[in-house]
Amino acid sequence: MQSGGFPWLTLLIFLPLAGAAALFFVKETSVRIVALGITVADLLLSLPLWWLFDASSSQMQFAENVVWITSPPIHYHLGLDGISLPLVLMTTVLMPLCVAISWRSIDTRVSSFMAMLLIMEAAMIGVFAALDFVLFYVFWEAMLIPMYLLIGVWGGPNRLYAAIKFFLYTLAGSILLLVAILALYFQGGHTFDIVQLSQQAYSPRLQFWLFIAFFAAFAVKVPMFPFHTWLPDAHVEAPTAGSVILASVLLKMGTYGFLRFSLPMLPDASKDFTPMIVALSIIAIVYGAYMALAQADLKKLIAYSSVSHMGFVTLGLFMFNQQGIEGAVMQMVNHGITTGGLFLCVGVIYERTHSRQIADNVGLTKPMPQYATLLVIFSLSSLGLPGTNSFVGEFLILVGTFLWSKIAAALASLGIILAAAYMLWMIQRVAFGVPSPHHLPKLTDLSRREMATLIPLIVLVFWIGLFPNPILSRMHASVTNVVARATHGPQESPTSTGQMTPPVEPTPAAQTVQSMEATRP
Amino acid sequence: MMLSAHDLFAILPELLVVFAACAVLALDPITPSSKKDGLAWLSLGTMAVCMGLTAARFGSPTTAFGGLVVIDNYSCFWKLLLYFVTGLTILLSFPYLKEERIYLGEYYGFILLALSGMMVMVSGADLLTIYLGTELMSLSLYVMAGLKRAEPKSLEASAKYFVLGAFSSGILLYGISLLYGSAGSTQLPAIAAAIAGRSLDDPLLLFATILIAVGFSFKLAVVPFHMWTPDVYQGAPTSVTAFMAVASKAASFGAFMRVFVEGLGGVRANWSLMFLLLCVVTLILGNIVALVQTNVKRMLAYSSIAHAGYALIGVVAAGRLAPAESSSAVASVMLYIALYAFMTFGAFTIIAMLRKGGLEGDEIEDFSGLAKRHPFAALLMMVFMVSLAGIPPTAGFIGKFYVFMSAVQAGLTWLAVLALVFAAISAYFYLRLVMVMYMREPEAVTALSPRFVSSPALSIVLACAIAGVVFFGLYPDPIVNLATQAALTLK
Repeated sequence: MQSGGFPWLTLLIFLPLAGAAALFFVKETSVRIVALGITVADLLLSLPLWWLFDASSSQMQFAENVVWITSPPIHYHLGLDGISLPLVLMTTVLMPLCVAISWRSIDTRVSSFMAMLLIMEAAMIGVFAALDFVLFYVFWEAMLIPMYLLIGVWGGPNRLYAAIKFFLYTLAGSILLLVAILALYFQGGHTFDIVQLSQQAYSPRLQFWLFIAFFAAFAVKVPMFPFHTWLPDAHVEAPTAGSVILASVLLKMGTYGFLRFSLPMLPDASKDFTPMIVALSIIAIVYGAYMALAQADLKKLIAYSSVSHMGFVTLGLFMFNQQGIEGAVMQMVNHGITTGGLFLCVGVIYERTHSRQIADNVGLTKPMPQYATLLVIFSLSSLGLPGTNSFVGEFLILVGTFLWSKIAAALASLGIILAAAYMLWMIQRVAFGVPSPHHLPKLTDLSRREMATLIPLIVLVFWIGLFPNPILSRMHASVTNVVARATHGPQESPTSTGQMTPPVEPTPAAQTVQSMEATRP
Repeated sequence: MMLSAHDLFAILPELLVVFAACAVLALDPITPSSKKDGLAWLSLGTMAVCMGLTAARFGSPTTAFGGLVVIDNYSCFWKLLLYFVTGLTILLSFPYLKEERIYLGEYYGFILLALSGMMVMVSGADLLTIYLGTELMSLSLYVMAGLKRAEPKSLEASAKYFVLGAFSSGILLYGISLLYGSAGSTQLPAIAAAIAGRSLDDPLLLFATILIAVGFSFKLAVVPFHMWTPDVYQGAPTSVTAFMAVASKAASFGAFMRVFVEGLGGVRANWSLMFLLLCVVTLILGNIVALVQTNVKRMLAYSSIAHAGYALIGVVAAGRLAPAESSSAVASVMLYIALYAFMTFGAFTIIAMLRKGGLEGDEIEDFSGLAKRHPFAALLMMVFMVSLAGIPPTAGFIGKFYVFMSAVQAGLTWLAVLALVFAAISAYFYLRLVMVMYMREPEAVTALSPRFVSSPALSIVLACAIAGVVFFGLYPDPIVNLATQAALTLK
């Protein structure tokens, strides 16, 4: 990897930042269109990366590396591999949709709102692209304030409570992360470089403590089972765009952290903690689904379904095999698309009925057939219907889990059944229920703007569902690298990744068995 | 001892400041009240000249008066910071004194006298020189705290500050005399040589160390010697509060670290344990008590106590690390205080200029809905609060990062964890102000409702403060290098 190429990632990060600053000089009436323009420009800027990316390499690509602080050596080091590339693209795809969905629903302090969205975009891309641990931490924490304001200023009635709860939970979680970063610096050869830190061996005792520190930060963000209580509050109170960002991108940062830091840097501790993580994941899957069944508020239902789905992701990550981890990364992207779509749908209906209660939004198929169709598609995707995106991810995760423990896989599958239950039940009421006549005001179907907001995600749902290979092949080499590192295989081995045939979905059984042998203690 | 040209040249900035102070005091009675601004301009000009002189001196260390005064990078760093803060204070005072109707030319004279005391503190290499500087600073501040003569709170602040300050000076002096008895000198290098190899249990030395530590702890407002801080910070005119919270703390840390690292380095095991205890209780109490404050000035007073606790982490680390490595820890403290100066000064400036009728709007309630009425002031205040909470990408984070780094380097990981836990708690009260500004509706506008007064001088102050917070948050390299170089000269 060399610096000096076209600074794709810097542009991706700083374009929204510059846009946010520019918004203060833009007339109030044209703020929305300018914000949309910036996010779309960022999306267009990110698209070439998809094709320029060399899928055969597990190296960091589009790397940029300049010294930021000389003592201690902190670098402005950015780069993407097959794991972060899909997540960055997911972010850039979602942001224009977030701007579009806020077109009407945000009518106070619009320029500040859009500026916050743009700052969020910059920080989120920064988190996925950062290859220096301090830089990562700066981006990671820099998201807190804009998100706090998004919830607290533009949120629902109970927004103050939700905002501070979100803020304090995530801040408290990341406390130990900073200490862990510093400890790694002194133990890992006085560097903050993530790539270098991932190639060193640490004593089991240090790994143990570092794992706990990482876990505190990432588990709150995911959120894993006992740390999830901030999520429903934050989701319910946040404005639609805030919910989408939260669910689709922010939650992924936790799982991304596990994948980028915990697994490759602390393989021994990760293995020791696997039973605990698996247990918490399965609890999250089942518990989240059960809670979702009981919700009367659409946003809360989706929030708890997120807890459940993210349980699948953490489960897949800690399987230490190709299928589990590839499935987890797939599912990170899929959850971003599907849940993002669902939250957008809730936002659309909330603008019309001013209620998120299922009881107030019954039988929408009649007045809003297009809307109902899209809602059903997203819901089916959420429950993992074959042909939609989530099926691919959850299937791979379950395959990976099955290799590790049949019981765990069986328990996790419960989540899929429950997902079908809560999603179909929700659909039954919202789409096909019989409305009490006085309830519904005159509803208009999707406007062209709303259509344009939802359709891209629908396309992605089917595209990934039917042709997952482009994504899988891009992440394959990088995931192999992580698996090798996590299972003490050869570190950085470009030759072995070169031999890998592009995988057919799902990965052939032969490889499955191979990696299985490697996993067994 | 003869006065030589070399000695006088070495203390030229100090002489200039004292001369300017005398000039201001002398000119004050003969200046018509419409022209009092001229005195402020005179003071400001002195700052600019001194800044040039000291900056030119950076990198060429020298001693004067037979080692009583040392002009090294370390003292230059603190002096540059002090000039800067004093300059900001003077600029803030233009509009602030008008709003408060304090038409006293002495004001600027006392600021300059306090500054000269601080300068002596940071460049003194002899305990008595440092003590004299401390007294000059404190006496000027006692007067300044009471300058709002019509307000009982201000007078109370002045009296309280005086009584407790005098008490602490006495303790400091007692410690100095005991140390003289034990080490046979008041000069720091001589003390260091005398106590080298001395047992840690030497009772006289231990007692002297404790008394000196207590004396400084008063000046630094470290728990449990912080009692004066909230009342004084709240009662004093806000421009003076800002000056105290930043400049006096900086000077005290400057002298404090020189005394302990350079003079008492031989017994670092003793004092690092002592400061570890003080540091922990300071972090806990400062942050917890700040949670329940309803007055912003009081809240910031407790926050400044807590920040002294964070800076103390670096001091403790300096005591724990081997002498060769300790300079990075010293640098982290210097960096912390310097960055703290920007955000704290900015926050006090906003408070000073939020007026309610003829008074300050310094209750948290007064900030309700500020974002609607004065979006720019609210934005700045938010950045200062976020920075005080230590959240990136602001200067506050950089300060904390380096302090925690030296803690981890010194094997005090648990202390870093504890301090970060309290940093998270502190985020709650800093953000409460953000919440009040952004998420509460402003009350109905009346003649008495708070409004933000702006003036060109104020804009410069705020611009400097915000520039420091944002620039050093994003690109701290210049100030980090400066602090690192400066800390190297402290041995």
